[in-house]
Amino acid sequence: MKKEDVPQDLSSLGKITREVCYATDNAGQYVTQLSQGWNVKINALDVAWQDIESRVAIAREKVLNNQASPLLFFMERGLMDIAILAGYTGFWKWQIKRHLKPSVFEKLSYKKLQRYAEVFNISMEGFKNMNVHEH
Amino acid sequence: MCMNINFKHTQAAHCENGVTMNLLRNINVHQMTEPLAFGIGSGLFFIYVPLLKINNGPAIAFRTLPGQIFKRTCKSLNIPVIRKKFSSKKQAENFLKECLEAGHPVGCQVGVYYLPYFPKEYRFHFNAHNVIVFGKEADHYLISDPIMENVTTLTSYQLERVRFAKGALAPRGQIYYPREGKPITNELIKKAIKNGIKKNVSSMLYIPVPIVGIKGIRYTGNKIKKWRDKLGLHKAGLYLAQLVRMQEEIGTGGGGFRYIYAAFLQQAFAYHPVNELLEISKLFTQSGDLWRNAAVQAAGIYKGRISSQADFDMMGDYLLEISELEKHAFEALAKIKWQT
Repeated sequence: MKKEDVPQDLSSLGKITREVCYATDNAGQYVTQLSQGWNVKINALDVAWQDIESRVAIAREKVLNNQASPLLFFMERGLMDIAILAGYTGFWKWQIKRHLKPSVFEKLSYKKLQRYAEVFNISMEGFKNMNVHEH
Repeated sequence: MCMNINFKHTQAAHCENGVTMNLLRNINVHQMTEPLAFGIGSGLFFIYVPLLKINNGPAIAFRTLPGQIFKRTCKSLNIPVIRKKFSSKKQAENFLKECLEAGHPVGCQVGVYYLPYFPKEYRFHFNAHNVIVFGKEADHYLISDPIMENVTTLTSYQLERVRFAKGALAPRGQIYYPREGKPITNELIKKAIKNGIKKNVSSMLYIPVPIVGIKGIRYTGNKIKKWRDKLGLHKAGLYLAQLVRMQEEIGTGGGGFRYIYAAFLQQAFAYHPVNELLEISKLFTQSGDLWRNAAVQAAGIYKGRISSQADFDMMGDYLLEISELEKHAFEALAKIKWQT
């Protein structure tokens, strides 16, 4: 890639910092050139976020249909899987799998719910009705 | 409390290269550059782990395992390294403070999900990011994040949170820094360059597994051709977007690290005046260009502009071509007659 061909399509990162790219000058020598972003990358990231949004929407449906507990919604929204959530909450993975069932979730103690609420950074009231207004 | 270490932040393409370069320069290895750190650390790689999923997409990497570049570069230069992990957050912070008080800027492995200065769109549960902590003012640690143009700060809570991020590759407060050694001679750098290249030749050509190195690129190319039928257009698009992100997103220098490697070979020539190095450098530039062309093709698919099987075949063929080109390039590196 030639230095003058380094793309300068403004990305959300580009507003905060430009990225170092390696490219060649007229003499064929490698130099560094700062880039504000590249549409190909911006689109790839957009695609990833569209997927996350659709996963969150599906999770919300499942919760509303009583096929999953609100945990699923907040987990997807936090880009987490069971392993990551286990890491942050200190629960075992099998416990979280159980807590994903609406019937088990219903009976969770205040203390356990609080552990989840802290990790998701939501209020206890917001938990059950999937209220995402963070406090 | 105020701890300030005389430390110069130099921006880099990749975080671990940048941390390696900046920490080594700080102990007077003035020769160190990002491409040298990457090449001496045998950073170039390719792997596609078929069954593993990362963020619901394929697990693909264009570089060696996290931590290896720093480790190998220091080892090649006979620089002793201090490295520690912690189970206690308090101990982790105490050790950090001791290091700073003793005048050592230190590398910290961190997760990016809670990294406040990153834009939200980039904050995934990715735990192999690296930053340098080089001081503390009141409750703010001074942070040199190699991918940022300027230095930044984190409160002790924010730093603790990212040092103890959870999930795959959890940092567990990992801290590392090079102990001051003898001055590094150009002779030693020469030797390290040669070793770095040899090791990279073997990791790309000779690991007897079909999913790594140039064989892995070929394997992935052939897989991609089947993605449309196997996964359906939508999911195949997601997979390609993930491939492109691994290849181009923050810190690769473009072209899946191939341009950095090409730059390394040019810099290597200054230490080893062997003409082949410059010729082979051009091959890696070509490879980087091909990776970028492949990314444009992939973008056509994930944006929905193109969608036929022929488009997927063309995408896969790019990788087959790259595999051949890199095979040729690494074989040429393997044949170099080193003069010293």
